[in-house]
Amino acid sequence: MDHGPRAPLGIDKANISSSMLGSAWGNSSRREFLTLAAKGAAAVGLTTTISGCVLAAAGHRELDFRDDFGALNYAYALETLEADFYEKVCASPPNDLHPGELQVLQDIRDHEVAHRRFFKRALQVLRAKLPARQFPGIDFSSRRGVLTAARDFEDLGVAAYNGAGPRVQLAEFLTIAGKIVSVEARHAAAIRDLLNPGSRDFAGDDVVDAMGMDRALDPGAVLAQTQKYFAEPFRVHGI
Amino acid sequence: MTEMNDMEPKRLIGAVARGASAREGMPSIVIDVLNFALTLEYLEAEFYTRGIGTSGLIPSDMFPSFDQIRKHEVAHVQFLESVLGARAVAKPTFDFTAGGGSGNGPFADVFRNVQTFAALAQTFEDTGVRAYKGQAANLLGHNAALGPALKIHSVEARHASQVRRMRHQKGWITGSSRGDLPAATQGTYRGEGNTFQFILAQPDSNRNAQTEAFDEPLTKGQVLEIVKPFLAGGR
Repeated sequence: MDHGPRAPLGIDKANISSSMLGSAWGNSSRREFLTLAAKGAAAVGLTTTISGCVLAAAGHRELDFRDDFGALNYAYALETLEADFYEKVCASPPNDLHPGELQVLQDIRDHEVAHRRFFKRALQVLRAKLPARQFPGIDFSSRRGVLTAARDFEDLGVAAYNGAGPRVQLAEFLTIAGKIVSVEARHAAAIRDLLNPGSRDFAGDDVVDAMGMDRALDPGAVLAQTQKYFAEPFRVHGI
Repeated sequence: MTEMNDMEPKRLIGAVARGASAREGMPSIVIDVLNFALTLEYLEAEFYTRGIGTSGLIPSDMFPSFDQIRKHEVAHVQFLESVLGARAVAKPTFDFTAGGGSGNGPFADVFRNVQTFAALAQTFEDTGVRAYKGQAANLLGHNAALGPALKIHSVEARHASQVRRMRHQKGWITGSSRGDLPAATQGTYRGEGNTFQFILAQPDSNRNAQTEAFDEPLTKGQVLEIVKPFLAGGR
């Protein structure tokens, strides 16, 4: 791939100070991130500089899918939503859960928290500011309310990653999305089986088609479904 | 769902065929990846078809799950064969005892003992998830093939979770642990305990959850090494 003259021009290190990147990053990983960021920007032919991206992304409720950071911030938003949901569930679990079910929900909470933390640390200054999360219409007091909401979040998460994958430009980002989406699919199957044990529902015909393929949804469709869970809408570009 | 089930296959096959077959033909990297996937799907489809077809093997409480998985693996074979056409690899002869064709490998009772059958199902599904994941980057820029590959990948993960849970394991992989599976399956779990993601070392806290939260890819070579004993002439 010809990265052209933009790649070297795309990095303005003066605009990305150590303090902005934070203490989670060593010097070498910071360099790697900048290199990868430059590759990502160059791959989609951005005319803006990386520092321009920083200015555009930081502190705004904005998802710009014209480069990979839009997809990463999108994933960050969805993982945050899931993590918040399971934290709320596990903080005060419904008292009609069956034996063993709380452990499953706690495991999933820990995974979603790990995903949220991963994106938070990986994005650093490129991280979009997320609107506050809210959970209207979810009955946190009943097993059925919690499990059906969990099922919907997991199925949607799988479809969201499957739909966003082909938008990603950088192999490293595609691989990390792949590492996460299969765990979301494991969750979806487990929750579905709790709702209807021993049935075909873990990979039911409502989500897996006659080709044996899962759903894939474009970011626009996913954000429309999740909008009610965010106090304010995202400003979305490039889809 | 009727519309989806009736229309989607044709539309998808058409889209993949149009997208992946440029005038000069499908890019060789795409053919290689899809044939690699087809080989694994042949393995899984024949495995479940034989299991479901063996009377008395699968108890009624496991039947819906294994039959649903069989249906999907057979569909994956049909899809990949359709896309590849004349370029599809031939189906190998399998030895599900992992005896390399001897029929007397470590899983000799695979179609007589459902515990052995389910144990192998778990390793095939966990391997399949890692195998597809390892090929995603090779399909970068070939979206007509990448899209379906991703949609198959997550279905394999649903299968893996279900089989693991039927076996009273967690639906997710902790560290590089094969759990209660025999040592012969360890290749399927090698490297799963990785805690270095993207360019970030993950925190030390709750190490089990860190490894469960990220499934790891396998290279084509690693997968073929795992599959080798299941091929006649494989050892």
